[in-house]
Parts: sequence; structure tokens; C-alpha cells
Amino acid sequence: MAGRNRLPKGGRVDRSKPVSIVFNGRTLAGFAGDTVASLLIAHDIHFVGRSFKYHRPRGFLSHGSDEPNALLSVDRGPGKIDPNNRATVAEARDGLVTHSQNHWPSLEFDIGAINDVLSPVFVAGFYYKTFMWPRRFWDSVYEPKIRAAAGLGRAPDAPDADRYANRHAHCDVLVVGAGPAGLAAALAGSETGKRVFLADEQAEMGGTLLHDLTSAIDGKPAQAWVAEALAELRSRGNVTLLPRSTAFGYYNHNHIALAERLTDHLDNAPAHLPRERLWQVRAGEVVLATGAHERPLVFADNDRPGILLAESVRVFVNRYAVAPGRKVVFVTNGASAYAAALDAAAAGIDVTLVDVRPEGDCGPELAALRAKGATVLTGHTVLAAAGTRRVTGLAVAPLSPAGKIGTRKTLAADCVGMSGGWTPSVHLFSQSRGKLRFDPALDAFVPDQAVQAQRSAGAANGRYDLGEILSEGFAAGSAAAGGDASRAFTATPTPTGFSPVRVLPTDADPARVKAFIDFQNDVTAKDIHLAVREGFESVEHVKRYTTTGMATDQGKSSNMNALGLVAGILEKPLPAVGTTTFRPPYTPVTFGTLIGPSRGPLFDPARKTPVHGWAEEQGARFEDVGLWKRAWYFPRGDEDLHEAVARECAAVRQHVGIFDATTLGKIEIVGPDAAEFMNRIYVNGWLKLEPGRCRYGLMLKEDGYILDDGVVARLAVDRFHVTTTTGGAPRVLAHMEDYLQTEWPELNVFLTSTTEQFAVIAVQGPKARELIAPLVTGIDLANDAFPHMAVRTGFICGVPTRLFRVSFTGELGFEINVPADYGRAVWEAIFARGGAFGLTPYGTETMHVLRAERGFVIIGQETDGTVTPDDLGLGGMIARAKPDFVGKRSLARPDLEAPGRKQLVGILTDDPTLVLDEGAQIVADRDQPIPIHALGHVTSSYWSPACDRSIALALVEGGRERIGSEIFVTTPSSFTKATVTAPAFFDAAGERVHA
Amino acid sequence: MLLIPCPYCGDRPEIEFRGGGEAHIARPSDPQTIDDQAWAEFLFYRTNPKGLMAERWNHAHGCQRWFNALRDTVSDRILESYKMGEKPIGGGRA
Amino acid sequence: MLETVNRVTRATALAATASAGTPEIAPLPDAARFALRLRPALASEMGAVAGFPLDLAINSASSGPRRSIRLGPDEWLLIGDAAEAEAIAAEIAQAFGERFHALVEISHRNVGIAVRGAHAADVLNAGCPLDLAAAAFPTGFATRTLLGKAEIVLIREDDAPTYRVECWRSFAPYVHGFLLEAARDFDGAQT
Ligand SMILES: [Zn+2]
Repeated sequence: MAGRNRLPKGGRVDRSKPVSIVFNGRTLAGFAGDTVASLLIAHDIHFVGRSFKYHRPRGFLSHGSDEPNALLSVDRGPGKIDPNNRATVAEARDGLVTHSQNHWPSLEFDIGAINDVLSPVFVAGFYYKTFMWPRRFWDSVYEPKIRAAAGLGRAPDAPDADRYANRHAHCDVLVVGAGPAGLAAALAGSETGKRVFLADEQAEMGGTLLHDLTSAIDGKPAQAWVAEALAELRSRGNVTLLPRSTAFGYYNHNHIALAERLTDHLDNAPAHLPRERLWQVRAGEVVLATGAHERPLVFADNDRPGILLAESVRVFVNRYAVAPGRKVVFVTNGASAYAAALDAAAAGIDVTLVDVRPEGDCGPELAALRAKGATVLTGHTVLAAAGTRRVTGLAVAPLSPAGKIGTRKTLAADCVGMSGGWTPSVHLFSQSRGKLRFDPALDAFVPDQAVQAQRSAGAANGRYDLGEILSEGFAAGSAAAGGDASRAFTATPTPTGFSPVRVLPTDADPARVKAFIDFQNDVTAKDIHLAVREGFESVEHVKRYTTTGMATDQGKSSNMNALGLVAGILEKPLPAVGTTTFRPPYTPVTFGTLIGPSRGPLFDPARKTPVHGWAEEQGARFEDVGLWKRAWYFPRGDEDLHEAVARECAAVRQHVGIFDATTLGKIEIVGPDAAEFMNRIYVNGWLKLEPGRCRYGLMLKEDGYILDDGVVARLAVDRFHVTTTTGGAPRVLAHMEDYLQTEWPELNVFLTSTTEQFAVIAVQGPKARELIAPLVTGIDLANDAFPHMAVRTGFICGVPTRLFRVSFTGELGFEINVPADYGRAVWEAIFARGGAFGLTPYGTETMHVLRAERGFVIIGQETDGTVTPDDLGLGGMIARAKPDFVGKRSLARPDLEAPGRKQLVGILTDDPTLVLDEGAQIVADRDQPIPIHALGHVTSSYWSPACDRSIALALVEGGRERIGSEIFVTTPSSFTKATVTAPAFFDAAGERVHA
Repeated sequence: MLLIPCPYCGDRPEIEFRGGGEAHIARPSDPQTIDDQAWAEFLFYRTNPKGLMAERWNHAHGCQRWFNALRDTVSDRILESYKMGEKPIGGGRA
Repeated sequence: MLETVNRVTRATALAATASAGTPEIAPLPDAARFALRLRPALASEMGAVAGFPLDLAINSASSGPRRSIRLGPDEWLLIGDAAEAEAIAAEIAQAFGERFHALVEISHRNVGIAVRGAHAADVLNAGCPLDLAAAAFPTGFATRTLLGKAEIVLIREDDAPTYRVECWRSFAPYVHGFLLEAARDFDGAQT
């Protein structure tokens, strides 16, 4: 019931807590503490997926996060389907539903497996070669086929139902990896009260010690030592333990990103807990104790299910108490696999070991294993694996010192444990921009020069002996905490050392066998040979051409084999070939974790004005303007946009409209030098503007192009109330602050944003004055007392107001500024009086039409960062007598004075019912040869109720000289004829505002 | 994400700041008197060095002050920061 | 300078009540707020104005009914009783006289939210990138910073701990929602 390969005793699984999971519809029993992989192995299931390119049957290669093959889809319920979970990482919990991937119609019978037979087509760079011709096949055949075949697993189609969290954190010392080096580092680092974080990607801390049954540390069994170390760390208030937390990104200035998995392993996860949490840790010092990865051996069909890494066999046996096979052949070129073989034999498994090294090169581990009665063949090579869906044996042969291959024989096996040596996990070190150094004795790249406040320790640093690992970890932890403590640990010596071999010697035709280097991307030794033969010599090129190391496992198991093979073929020393660059993430991270709470209403702040709720109640449609939600139009009944806007426009022109202008940026400029500051920032002159008056201001960037515009009121000699465009508010304030602080610090003036202090209610139309008059106190609204472009302070509805007489519609109008919390009440008081005046609320679309009828520009619509005041016909606003202002000098740049610049004009189509597309191109002659020269483009285009026809604004080369002439404008299907006009279509003299 | 030493607030994360490009490019005191080439150099030409660079930063979501910092563009190490109008001491902070 | 009788009533941006959980997340009552700007030398010379201390270290806050928070070398955020806005403005204007300063009322620009009790720092750290440990951010510390995608002013008021979060009006629903969402991590947590 617990599976026929479950060992009767031992392991760290909790036999008192049975769990069952579902794999491809089969319910399988296991124990708490199992991974999905160990649980499946308990039931003798190795064939769990098909490979990416050839659809070959695949099983588990490893026991951890470096697993390239065993990717399963996990189903935890609606909205919680997640593909590509590594079975060796996913923890088994009761009721977990899993599926294998990359096959159709079933795992056992898969149509795509034909790719394995067709593999000559799928050689390195096949997609560069195969799909090149015929050209027309690309759209119709190749691309759809590639898209269908691309990717592993199936993307979920429902919104993610889980919560994800984010946490910024700070510590003095961050230790990554809780194996022997990391535990020792955390112990040493936390002795003096420094804040220490210890993070490990696994559910349980202890690293390799969790499956080490034979080593002792300071006289205690390794696992007892781990328990004591963790108890000690837990008792220290300055230590934070983060299990199930993968440090996946190492960024600038010791900023490290960790993904913590909180609930996937829980049978009944509390609803309030996030599934995963992104930790953004800023660490004073970092200790990288990330361990090492075992390398596969490269031989024909080394990817058959049942062929694992040797240490992984040991982990499954010792830590999870499952036998990956009953008859296991270990193949190795070094010492560590002997420990695995000894442990397997001790668990009652039939063990044979094949060592590529000649007998004389082997260490004491050889005698130790033979003493247990196991067969050891030294000086042998593996020619091929037998079996398809499960390994059934290994063809081996003696290898003479001269490299001659002797007579082959087959060793029966239902599991193979292979070890090609070890690679320090330098991914995070490399991400931190640390420099690597090739160590020939280790046949590996190890950390050399750290660039950040950081040190590596243990296997990550190329130390493989347990005692050395512990001492190095301890010293690193102490140093990271600012100390210099050291400690010698008494530990059982670790058998170490291996003789690198890139591809196991074989007598087979290398072009006819598949000996895998990169299991996840299906890259074989043959592919690497081909790439080098075709001239790819840089490892970065070989990598991209063959895709080796480019899968989601980032080549953890394959990189050194690929590098070594390239170096061997080129007959160069390995460091001369170089190594590839490691980039975040170390292991795949869910989008949920990266996004955290930033979804739904928390995706972005939705900025709403005080009047927003009222507009919502009136059924307004809204549009996004930056982060603001602005009322776009107020449909009545079943009106569409066009009908509503026509009605709103007419109401403003004939009666009166009310508009929420709160989002306009506002800046209060205060100080004795306020006018001088304004003079330097704007193109206009400000010294003579009297308090109580307003002026339309235009400001440039230093390059002479328009930055922003807006009405400015002078409230007092030393106080201006500046308005900006809605989107430009932060930009304008930043621009002003920059000049004030860095160029003119001597000016006695300060700037304060008041955008949100005021609600702004625009009341526009012939009846505006009558409408608001009874509500206003302390201000004489009479035309001569309060003319157009004046500002007054007083009260409306009893609350203080800064009342502007301004107009962006071309009608008599007021903009009522009141403290924001009174905005809605004042709005409603005005609206309550409105019935008798035909008062109509209008939105941004109507505002756009009304201003376009008058030819008023909108910054960002008529301008795009390359438009000067003169281009818009606003050159007259420039106070040229001023000695200087921002952008003045640039207006004299040759390009800005050159003839033929695009200028703002009006466009009237011959067909008055045709409303042009904004962005449509304008040409002089539709029949000129291609490429047709574009004179410019339409910037604004509307149906104008006041003109009873379509109108448009455009930027056109030499536009003002073209007024009266015919041009052509693109339409979705063709061109249409139109006439260039002055950019004003209604009340061109601007008389109505003075009513 | 960089950790930037604001001369007023101390070390703060990069997202609180806005970068302002190369520092110590003085705006000409009388722009109208200089020729097009000199003006173009002020507007557009930057040294983009590999190595030590003085650059402008604004602690936008903090004290909102502008200041300068010396950063090594290769390692991203920030050697020192100093207030507007001050000069770097050059040795870098410990 | 409100007229004797306000004919309309004030409506705050955040019509929410305090949350029941730990930490508590509570919208704060209306307040009088001003942005006060002046040269640092004048601040040292004056020491205080209208009961608002000025000679504070940058990034620190005073306590009491009239509180000042020094956000930069020449910037103070003043917070007082909502009913006193007019009086505060008048007192400050009188105290400075002709001496250069800029006083701008921002009572309605900002919204205050208290975050109080166990895990308050963890909840804030869901979106605030600063080190909020007592050693780095003690009671009396205050600064402008970020919470997720919103700019805030963060003040540590006491050792409960209580933090006061000030944000602009239109960001208040986002900031409040962000804090509530982050606090869900601690639903049912033993405190
Ligand atoms: Zn600062």
C-alpha cells in the first residue's frame, strides 16, 4: 500500500502521517515528508514525462531543484492549476492531483514520439535550417506547428485564485543555504546579536546532512548535529529561519530576492495565508552556502527512466526511505558514488559499481565497497543503456589505458546511479557579478573575486570535505558579522575527487547515438559536435545554437559537460572556452510571486476625484488619464458616446455645463522671488501680471520644445497658483524643483503641490454667472469687476474658494477651487440650482471637442516633445525681451528656425460627415510615387456640433502657408480630400468668453 | 536595486530616487551669447564613462533634494554623495 | 476663514472604519495640515513657530497637539487640530513677519491612516522598502517614502508601535486597501 519500493525503516518521512496523491488518475499512498518524486518512486514509477523535442520517455534525474525531466502539472483546484512543477521539489500532501506533460494522447502512447525517429531533422540549429523554405510555408505551416509544439505543460486558463505577498526586509547577515556550511555560518554570524536570515529552498533545513547516515560531527551523528544547530538558531531572537525559500536573484548592493512557498505543502491551507511571498532582502553581508550539483555521465541513452544521479539514489534511499530500484548499477568517475553505493547496499539493494577510472586511480573507497561484497568493475566504460520506458541494463566494456574498448557485456539493472563529478553552485555568486576562477583540481569554476559584500563557503566554494565545509562556513559567518572567530570541527572524512570525463568512450558510431548533455532541452553530444564543426566556437554561441543550458534548469546539470566537450573538441583548455553568464532566476518563479498584491484594485492606484462618486451615480463613463479616472461622458438613456457628446456640447454653448477639472495639476509658488522664478521657467513675462489676474503660460524644456501649459493666477505679489495638465503635474513640479535647487538656489521661492488640496469645478456657458451668483459671497461677479482671466478669493456655499474666471471651452466660464473635502457638496449645490438653467454635466470628450472648436491645444495631443511654440502658432506669447528663460537659447537652434517645420493648422474634409482618424497621415498628392512623402498627421479630430460638421487639427509641414490649399488624408482604405484652414472653427475672434 | 546615500537622509533604496544624468554640467550663465556648437554640447553631449562618474540624483520620494553621487559604472559601487554646490572629497567613503 | 455657518458639509476621502484585526488599520480624523518651507538657518534661529518645533533633525517628528515633521532640510509638515487651521495660519504668519518662508495649507490634500500593534512594521514592509526595525526607525522617526505604488509620509508615533501614514487624498483608497491586504497575512495570528 505504501508502495513496493518503500523501505521498511529509516528515512525522514513521517510514517504516522499517511498521505495519498493522484498521478495521472492513479491514487498512490505515501507519507508526510515525501516529495512527489519519492512517493512515485515508492510505487516504482519512474516514467513520468516526455522530453521537450524528441518526446522520449523520461524519469527523475535528480532529487532536487536541479531536476530537468520530472516536470508535472499540479492541480490544487479551480484557478490553482500550475504546470512545470518539479516532482523532486513538490511536497506530497493529501489529495494533491498531478499530471504528466508533453504528450498526446497519453504518457504511454504519444504521437510526438515520432520526433525521436525523425531526429536527423532535429539536429542543432534545426529551427534555423529546416523552416527556411519554402517561404510561404512559414505563415501557413511552420509557425503554427512550432507554436503548438512550443513550451512545456499547459498554461492555466483561469485567473490565479491564490494570494501572493511581498515583504521588504533587512538583515546584517543573509546566509543562503542551510546545509553544513550555511548552518555553521548562521551559528557563527548570530553569536553577537546581529540580525541573521538563514534561507533554504528545501522544506527541511540541513542540506546534505539530511541524507548522511554515516558521518559524525563533533562526535554526534550528522542528523543529530543538524537538530541541535537548528534548535540553537531557533532559540536566538536575532535569527530568522526561512525554509522553502529560494534565493533566486542577487541584485545590486546586496539586494536579494527570495521566493518563499507557504501553503502548497499544507493539506488545509488557511485562506488568509499567501501561497508564496516575495522577500526583497537588503543584507549587510551575504554568505553563499549553496552547495554543489552532481554531473551526469554522457553515454548513449543516458536519459532512460531509472537512470539517476548517484547522490540522488542515495537521497531517495536515506532521506525518503524508498528504493529507486532493486538492482542498481552505479557508474562513476570519482569517489562520492561509492558512499551512495554503500548506503544502497546497506538498505538491502543489489549493488554493482562501474568505475571509469583505472583501479590504481581509485581511493580507499574501492576497498570499502568491495569489503561489503559488492561487485566493482574498475577501468570500464558504459557503451549504452538498455530499455526504453525504464532502464533494463547497461552495456559496459573494459577500457584499456590506451583507450581501447574491450569485450562488452550487459549488466542487468532496474536503476542506474551515475556520477560525473561535481559542480559548485556558483549561480548566485555569478549573478552578484563576482568573478569566477577555473580550478583544474576540481575541474570546475569556483568563486574568485567577490564584487559585493559577500563570501562563499562550503561546496559552493569548492570544498567537499565535511570538516572543511563546517570550518569554512563558521569562519564565513563570523566574518560576515564583523568577527574573526574560527572553529575546528571534528567530522568524518568525506571521500572526494573525480577524474573528469566528457563523453564516456564508446565503439559506437557517435553520429548514431543519443548521449544527452542537456536533458531538458534535448541536447546531445552529437549536437555539440555539430555546432563546433559548423564554426561555433564561443560557448555563448554554442549555447544559443544548440540551446544547451537554456532551459528552465539553466544547465545546472549540463553546463560543465557542455563546456568540457566544446573545449575537448577545440583542443583548448576549458577556461579558454569560458563559461556562460548566470542570470536570475536561479529556479523558475511564479508570476504570482513577482506580482504579489499588485493585482485587481491594487494593480495601480485608481485616483478618483471628490466628485467621482456623484458621476458614477449619474451613470458616467470614465476614461483613464494617467492614474486618474475621469468622467468621459454622461450618457442619458441609451445614448452612445457620439449622441451624448453632441448633447453635452450643445448645452455648454447654449446654456451652461458643469465639468470636473480637479485632476489638473496645481502648484503654489511662494516667495519674494516668485515672479522672477516664473519669468525664468515660462516663455511668458510675469513681472507685470497684477495680483488678481491670470495668464495662460507655456513652458519649454531646455531643448526648446514645449513641456507643459496651463493657466496661472497671481494671488499676491509673492504667491502664484499654477495649473498644469493632468498628466504633466509631477513632471512640471520636478522640472521646476530641478532648476530651483540646482541652477538658481539663490532665489527666495518655494514650491508646493496643491493638486489634491482643491476640487475644481468648471462651470462653463452663457448662463454660468447667473447659475453660481447666489451661491457666491465676498466676490463681485459683475463683468467689469471680475473680467475674463481674473481670479478672486471668497466663498461659495460658505466654504472658501479661489474662483477663476477662465475658459477652456470658449464660453463664459468659471473654475471654482474649493478644499477637496467640500468638492462634492459644492458640486451638488450648484447642480441643484441647475434645472432652471439647463445645466448639463459634461465629460472629457465634450471638453476636447469644445476646445478643438476654438483651436485650443492639448499638450501631449497636439504636441509630442518635438513641437515649439511657433509650431503651434503661439510664438507671440514669448516674451522675447527677457534675457533668458528655460529653452530660449534653443529656439535659435538652426533646426528650430528652419523653414518647413510642421505647424498647427485646421483640416476640413470635403465630405463634412467624415471624421478623420487621429494619427492619419497627410500628403500633398495621393498619386505621387511610393514612398509618398507625408507632410504631417492629424492630431485631433471630432464631430463638431457647433459647426455641424467634422473638424480636425493637424501638424503639417509649412502648414500656415498651405492654408486654403487642398491636401489628402489617409483613411483606413484610401485617401480623402480636405482643405487646410486656420486652427479655429468657432468664434475665431474669441468674443464669447467676455460675455 | 541600488542603495543610494542621500546626503540628508542616509542610505535609501533606489526606487525612492530619480536619476538626473551626468553631474557638473553647468548651465551657461548667458546662453544667448554662446554659439550653436557650445549650446549643443551643453544640451546633448555626455561623457558616458566606463568607471567613475559623477551623477545627479533627486531623492524624489524622500527629502526631495537634488544631490550628486560618485558611482563606478562598472561595479555600480557608489563611493560618495555630496550636496549641490559641494565638491566630492574624492577618496570615497569607507 | 469659514463663514459663520457652512452650508455644505465636509466629506473625507476615506469613509472607512478601523479594522478589527492586528495590526489595527484606522483612518484618522480630519486635521489641519500645512507645508512650511524656510531656510534651515531661520529654523535654527526661530526654534519653533506657533507651537510647532522647527529645530528637529531631518526625518524626525515632534509630538503633542501641534506636531511638526521635518521631511528635509527646508521642509516641515505641520499637523494640528482640524478646527485650528485658520488660527495656525494666522499665528505662523505673524511669527514670521517679513522673514522669508512659504506656508501652504494642505489640510485636504492628505489623508492620515494609523497602523497600530503587533506586525505593524511587517504590514508596512509589504510595500515600504525601508528598514522599520526600532534601531533604524525608532519612535519619533519620520520620512517621506513609498508604500507600493503610492508615496507616503511615515511617522512612528510610539512603541505600540503606532505608525501614522499620510498620503495624498486620491491615493488613500489604494493605500488603505494595500494595508488591509497585507494585514491578511496576520489574520488569526497569535500576538
Ligand atoms: Zn533624502
